[in-house]
Amino acid sequence: MAEAINVELLLRRALAPVEPPERLATQLAATLQSITDMAAEELEGWELASMRDPRNWVRPAAALVVGSAAGAALVLLRARQRHRDQPPGSIGELRERAAETAQDFADEARKLLDPR
Amino acid sequence: MLEPKGNAKAQLDAEFSDLYKAHLRDVYSYAFYRVGNHHDAEDLTEQTFLQAYRHFERALRESDGRPLRPWLIRIAHNLAANLYRDRARRPQSPLDESAPIAAAHTTEELVAGRDELKRVLEGVALLPDDRREALIMRFALGMDNREIARALGRTDGATKVLIHRAIKQLEGLVAMDEDT
Repeated sequence: MAEAINVELLLRRALAPVEPPERLATQLAATLQSITDMAAEELEGWELASMRDPRNWVRPAAALVVGSAAGAALVLLRARQRHRDQPPGSIGELRERAAETAQDFADEARKLLDPR
Repeated sequence: MLEPKGNAKAQLDAEFSDLYKAHLRDVYSYAFYRVGNHHDAEDLTEQTFLQAYRHFERALRESDGRPLRPWLIRIAHNLAANLYRDRARRPQSPLDESAPIAAAHTTEELVAGRDELKRVLEGVALLPDDRREALIMRFALGMDNREIARALGRTDGATKVLIHRAIKQLEGLVAMDEDT
């Protein structure tokens, strides 16, 4: 038991922490700082470039297309629902239904373009 | 809209800077006892922190508030293993994995009435890699069992056994050396 304690004590002395050379700390801090600066510049550059580069418009444009398609599908679904609810009628009723559908399209388009 | 991204990055960099300041000595000590010379230890330390910086955000997210020292030491451990593997492939620069421990102390230190210390260091050099690593983490870095377990990718129980066996084996080696 006493032997074990001795070994542990000796290990503490033998494997004492080693102080890094001061220049390593300075060098590493400088390297990390330059990486950080480069990353910040890259981020800034990307932000500006992303506004100018049409390739970066793809995502918002795709979102608009998907949103529009979803809106159109919703309008058609509503129109079909109304059609199912009402019995087939005169030309006047058909015209009325077409007007309602057009109104639905207009409402959906307004929702999509609303900046809120 | 773009400002928070920049702020988050600055915050992350500040946190990494704190981590680096807090653990530079740990990583360096570990590297030094693994490779046995300042030149390679500096390289290994630098590479460890550069790699840590690249994966810091993810590590922070996955750490769940736990200390990141074991993660850093694990990076150093893997890089050191790669270093040994690369050098082993090159016949012109053979490297004995057990040599660095003894090389970490100067001859003056070892002869100045420190025969026991010399025996312990020689014993540590003879231990299997995982036992030697665990002892470096415990005694050079002061890591507890849980931290060592995370650094070595083992369970707490397995790590406790590993350290116990390492010390027992070392006692045997030192006693044997004393007898001869």
